[in-house]
Amino acid sequence: MRITQGTFSFLPELTDAQIRKQLEYSLANGWAVSIEYTDDPHPRNTYWEMFGMPMFDIRDAAGIMGEIASCRKIFPRHYIKVNAFDATRGRESLRLSFLVNRPPQEPGFALVREEGPGRAVRYTTRAYACERPEGERY
Amino acid sequence: MNATVAEQKRAKTGSERYRAGVLKYAQMGYWQPDYVPAATDVLALFRITPQEGVEPEEAAAAVAGESSTATWTVVWTDRLTACERYRAKAYRVDPVPGSPGQYFAYIAYDLDLFEPGSIANLTASIIGNVFGFKPLKALRLEDMRFPSAYVKTFSGPPTGIVVERERLDKFGRPLLGATIKPKLGLSGRNYGRVVYEALKGGLDFTKDDENINSQPFMHWRDRFLFCMEAVNRAQAASGEVKGHYLNVTAGTLEDMYERAEFARDLGSVIVMIDLVIGYTAIQSMSRWARRNDMILHLHRAGHGTYTRQKSHGVSFRVISKWMRLAGVDHIHAGTVVGKLEGDPNSVQGFYNVLREPHNPVDLQRGLFFEQDWAGLHGVLPVASGGIHAGQMHQLLHYLGEDTILQFGGGTIGHPMGIAAGATANRVALEAMVLARNEGRDIWNEGPQILAAAARECTPLRAALDVWGEVTFNYASTDTPDFVPTPQVA
Repeated sequence: MRITQGTFSFLPELTDAQIRKQLEYSLANGWAVSIEYTDDPHPRNTYWEMFGMPMFDIRDAAGIMGEIASCRKIFPRHYIKVNAFDATRGRESLRLSFLVNRPPQEPGFALVREEGPGRAVRYTTRAYACERPEGERY
Repeated sequence: MNATVAEQKRAKTGSERYRAGVLKYAQMGYWQPDYVPAATDVLALFRITPQEGVEPEEAAAAVAGESSTATWTVVWTDRLTACERYRAKAYRVDPVPGSPGQYFAYIAYDLDLFEPGSIANLTASIIGNVFGFKPLKALRLEDMRFPSAYVKTFSGPPTGIVVERERLDKFGRPLLGATIKPKLGLSGRNYGRVVYEALKGGLDFTKDDENINSQPFMHWRDRFLFCMEAVNRAQAASGEVKGHYLNVTAGTLEDMYERAEFARDLGSVIVMIDLVIGYTAIQSMSRWARRNDMILHLHRAGHGTYTRQKSHGVSFRVISKWMRLAGVDHIHAGTVVGKLEGDPNSVQGFYNVLREPHNPVDLQRGLFFEQDWAGLHGVLPVASGGIHAGQMHQLLHYLGEDTILQFGGGTIGHPMGIAAGATANRVALEAMVLARNEGRDIWNEGPQILAAAARECTPLRAALDVWGEVTFNYASTDTPDFVPTPQVA
């Protein structure tokens, strides 16, 4: 399967040139870019590991591309995403968030059903990869 | 103006004002051209069409009177109240450009006339009696301004655009949805199949239609159970958070609570209601949604009966303001390019009212008043009705990013199946957002951008082949009255 989290997951993997244009768009809007990685792709895993702090003061896409390259080098088989954060009043949240790396094999999720009374079912989504400890999953 | 007419427009004072009998509304003090609205006043703009022989100022005064303290005759009991304060004041009347016989009447209402936090109370005054009033041929409520002191008495959307995106973990693009079709007749099991295919194919949401409640072919519990199986299956198949708007509209509020609680217990992220349940029921469901961490979707069922005709009724921009105060997270607000009524400027006016923290006066988009939303969350406007993947550049251009694009027929009617239809829409959307962010001119290059994306995506190719040329070009009835004038340098 292919995990389709992020703004552009239905398109072919973005090239570095395409990623750079999205960074330039974000910087032109005054948004702060950050990089996060994980090997737990559960749809409700909100807190991926931060690859350094959000780059509030880097105004140059080339510098951010360098950070993406180092993250990929250290975590070549992890999910890596790039976030763009907008600190404007009333937004104060992400404006863009897209994957720039994914594991070569994505085994996907099991759906665990716990049958309850009245035909109600309690659902649990479990990533097959998460049966192994963190760092040994992909 | 002869002396008699002038006399009829002047407010009478003292004992002359309260002598038993009938006075013109202007003479009773409801026409006050010198009045300067207070920052705490509620303001309303009506389009009035007076009967022949009725002066526009008198018609405006009548609207002010009948929507506040007046009755048809003088009553001495006015003098037991601070009546001059409680009287609504018509303070300005302008002819409508290009529409002889119609006037814009501006009316100011003191804040104390309204119960805090009650749309029912507000509307009982503003649209309660006055729309059937004989001296007017027609009357339309065009816009309202609410002071921050009043806005702050409402809780507003229970979730809001920002928090909804954070809960769903979806940023940087419009959300995608589809209404299950056919809207009536499917069994719960078959209905859930459509939900599963559409969500698995790439949609974020699917939706019950406005009239899917609990019918012989599908009872509500069955629908909820099958839909949640489909939602969870699609979530596991994609790794994304998915949702189905479970319509909890029912005959009584007690039934609605029961259905909403069942949806919550099954793990749904969202429930849905129809506008026809009424303003108080909407506010009650909003409170419930806030207490239960649920997104609240509103289908504007019925609004066309009073929003569409320009001469009479209530503009949808006013309904948008009321619903933002009442507190819904989603509302259908037009598509511009689809099958339903929607002039581009009017629709953008609705979207701005729903989403922006502050609206400046924007006559071209039908916004007559400045409105500060005082920190109230934004409502996510939903574009639904006769739209397809081939219009993606136009939709993004007109409606922007904070919206939900709902392709019902444009998903379910796809020649390769429902999941393929969903994939076509998602690929078209992501390709268009990517191109826009890259600085490309999507308005002009849209078709080429879609064609290029379709080379990598057979379902999109098929969608463009079937629907690429379909348009709905009919003249709108609900258009703004002001056209842009060239700026003087």
